[in-house]
Amino acid sequence: MNKWTRRTFIGAGTVAGGGFLLGVAGFTFAPGRHALVADDAEAKGQLTTWITVTPDNIVTILIPHCEMGQGAPTALAMMAAEEMEAEWDLVRVAEAPALDAYANGYIARSVGGEYVPGVMARGVDYASFKLAEWFGLQVTGGSTAVRGTGEFGLRVAGAAAKEMLIAAAARTWSVSAAECTAERSRVVHRASTRMATFGELARTAAALEVPTRPRLKSSEAFALRRTLVKRHDIPGKVDGTAKYAIDVSMPGMLYAAVEIAPVQGGRLRSVDPSDAERMPGVKAVVRLDEAVAVVADSYWRARRALAALKPWFDDAGHGAVSTESIFAAFESALSPPPAVPGGAVKSVAAEYRVPFLAHATMEPMVCTVRVDTSGADVWTGVQDPLNARSVAAKALGLSVDQVRLTNHLLGGGFGRRLPFTFDYVDLAARIAKAMSPAPVKTIWSRENDLQHDYYRPAAISRHVGAIDASGRAVAVHSTYTGGGNGEAVAMPYDIPDQDAEGRDVDHSIRLGQWRSVLNSQHGFFKESFIDEMAHAAGKDPFAFRRDLLEKQPRFKAVLEKVAAISNWDSAVPAGEGRGIAICESFGTIAAEVVHVQVSAEGHLKVLNVSAAVDCGDVVNVDGAKAQVEGSIVFALSAALLSEITIANGRIVQTNFRDYPMIHLADAPLITAEFVRSDAPLGGLGEPCVPPLAAALTNAIFAACGVRVRELPIKKTPLVARA
Amino acid sequence: MAITLTVNGTVHTVDVEPEMPLLWVLREAMGLTGTKFGCGIAACGACTVHLDGRAVRSCTLPVSAVGDKPVTTIEGLAPQGALHAVQRAWIAHQVPQCGYCQSGLIMAVAGLIAQNPHPTDAEVDAGITNICRCGTFARVRRAIHDLVREQGGAS
Repeated sequence: MNKWTRRTFIGAGTVAGGGFLLGVAGFTFAPGRHALVADDAEAKGQLTTWITVTPDNIVTILIPHCEMGQGAPTALAMMAAEEMEAEWDLVRVAEAPALDAYANGYIARSVGGEYVPGVMARGVDYASFKLAEWFGLQVTGGSTAVRGTGEFGLRVAGAAAKEMLIAAAARTWSVSAAECTAERSRVVHRASTRMATFGELARTAAALEVPTRPRLKSSEAFALRRTLVKRHDIPGKVDGTAKYAIDVSMPGMLYAAVEIAPVQGGRLRSVDPSDAERMPGVKAVVRLDEAVAVVADSYWRARRALAALKPWFDDAGHGAVSTESIFAAFESALSPPPAVPGGAVKSVAAEYRVPFLAHATMEPMVCTVRVDTSGADVWTGVQDPLNARSVAAKALGLSVDQVRLTNHLLGGGFGRRLPFTFDYVDLAARIAKAMSPAPVKTIWSRENDLQHDYYRPAAISRHVGAIDASGRAVAVHSTYTGGGNGEAVAMPYDIPDQDAEGRDVDHSIRLGQWRSVLNSQHGFFKESFIDEMAHAAGKDPFAFRRDLLEKQPRFKAVLEKVAAISNWDSAVPAGEGRGIAICESFGTIAAEVVHVQVSAEGHLKVLNVSAAVDCGDVVNVDGAKAQVEGSIVFALSAALLSEITIANGRIVQTNFRDYPMIHLADAPLITAEFVRSDAPLGGLGEPCVPPLAAALTNAIFAACGVRVRELPIKKTPLVARA
Repeated sequence: MAITLTVNGTVHTVDVEPEMPLLWVLREAMGLTGTKFGCGIAACGACTVHLDGRAVRSCTLPVSAVGDKPVTTIEGLAPQGALHAVQRAWIAHQVPQCGYCQSGLIMAVAGLIAQNPHPTDAEVDAGITNICRCGTFARVRRAIHDLVREQGGAS
């Protein structure tokens, strides 16, 4: 583990400072950590690790998270600007470079040992990241940006910067700091009507000590955070100027297309490169352990030559693996089914199945690498630049400080570009090493992307439940495969006898974190089953849940809100129905009502979706709504259509033709409302995914009487048997 | 072979195979990277450009098929420094999330509206089949409604 010394920071060519965490939580950082400022901080007007004020009165906020469409950089900058009293039009947002100083893992590292601050612990534990894995990471995932970095980092940094600017003004004017206020990127001394811009004060302020316990605003005093703020990244995304990893270009750059062993773990046994090598523009055929690449002077030429190769890969002994063999293993691991709890007046039993899912980000995996005598440069788009840098260094046999990584906008993440899934960086580095010193851009095809993902686990979950004489749920027992954890499997309901037990089943399919992680499958299991219990008890599904949430006021409020905005109690025409579901994940409670129409022929139309969300406070309301809307569409596409299957050890699906997505025509109207609470900030990038599938299948049951227990829904005919 | 084509009002001559898809000619030979690669089979629409004013998917269109028809990409949708009505609506409604598919979506919508200034919802549904994994469709719909309203049509 790195030692956090002044030498480390300055040696890395960067600036430290901030002391943001101890300011709030009172932890002891490495000695002097919070007092560190760069040698040139005064000249640059750098006030804290993340905030720079230049003489032109521009405040630049460095965000140690990537932009992958979730809008977190804008929200985080708002949190700092709010505390700082910076004029929003004078604020610029930039992504922090991939340097140790910006690692957010140091929240864990700084305190050492096993202890993680409470808010971070939710993300660390429940997103299935082991604590140790956060060391040296600069991760964007687990819905942690706003509630971790923002709440404990940028707010404090902004408040510290404001205090420093006020102190600078007070010193300049020989007045008391208490008589000065900051507003709209200026410091004002009312008694003498003196005023100075942040830019004019920056040099003086940067020479001052960084306060360790700056005072934060109360939520009642928020101004910027109560306005509609446009995201800083959008203008470049409507005129074609936004730069993604695939857009990287430099003189002498070559392009690589790859074919990877189709069965996970397979090795390249032989390949005849002679035909490909004779094709126009081809520079080399590069053999790797598990893949073969063609490097050419254009991507299209590389792909065309790749198609002329007939590589032979072995199957690592997994050639017999299929979807059926994996589900058969699940079934045997889950036998016998859980016993029906004793004392029930009525019992309910059900089994649910979910498939493997791919992330299918719109931008396929892309990484450009240049290896030369000084080390290596990497240009890519990742949810964790520091871990990606480590992967490249390891692939090249270099130390991390010999590798420079430039991160770009991500053409979607959804968990595919998280740490420990950087196979595309590893491959690109090894291809570029073979072509050194030429820079090589390796672009995965959509086929590469779908067939070499880290998939959302497939799973089976078996449930039994008991209902007492009053029609109330008194027990739910379940066993499941595919992974689970406390938050994902726990039901919020006041059901005295709850038990959920996971059974491990090993198989050869690579697994990863897919938007909302384990909650994506457990949300479907839990909220389908409670709905089945409601119907078995002869109760309205909303009322049945509400009666079990009397001890959970936040849940109850969110459930009631979604019932209100969806007009739950109003009648629907024949052939239509509404379904409801509620899940907590990443510190946020989300409830959704889906309204569907099912024709007599079984044709399904999703008419509209209502969502109520309690994520504590909301930072950027419009950006937050966009996350709710996007999560619903993302989850809807998966629930209706998505399924990765395996035959002969290989992924069957190849492209959007056989891994289709919903289109504009299929997208429902969405109404989203937030329920503000004083709970700690929750995440928003993921929590609206888990309730959707169950709310949808519950609506289908209400509309036509068919209970869908297996995803995707397209596998179940929606025609009720007479 | 040398191929001449008009892109965003400028005549270019490039030395590429005639079967090379227009997408890669734009991106790699001309440096117009606003047009994106998403699938390579004309399924997702990230590569949508205008050919003679109509939206086409450039990832499967051989450059030799362009002929003398003018090509417009996202970079040339509006004159330098200005924004097209679709781009303005996209900002007003804060449509993009990751943004990767949005050049193609904007070109598809601009193409549709150029051909049919007052499309019904059903015509929009039939005409706009781009994939957006971030799920921006709710805002796409609202932005199109605004655009059609601005142009004095009923949606």
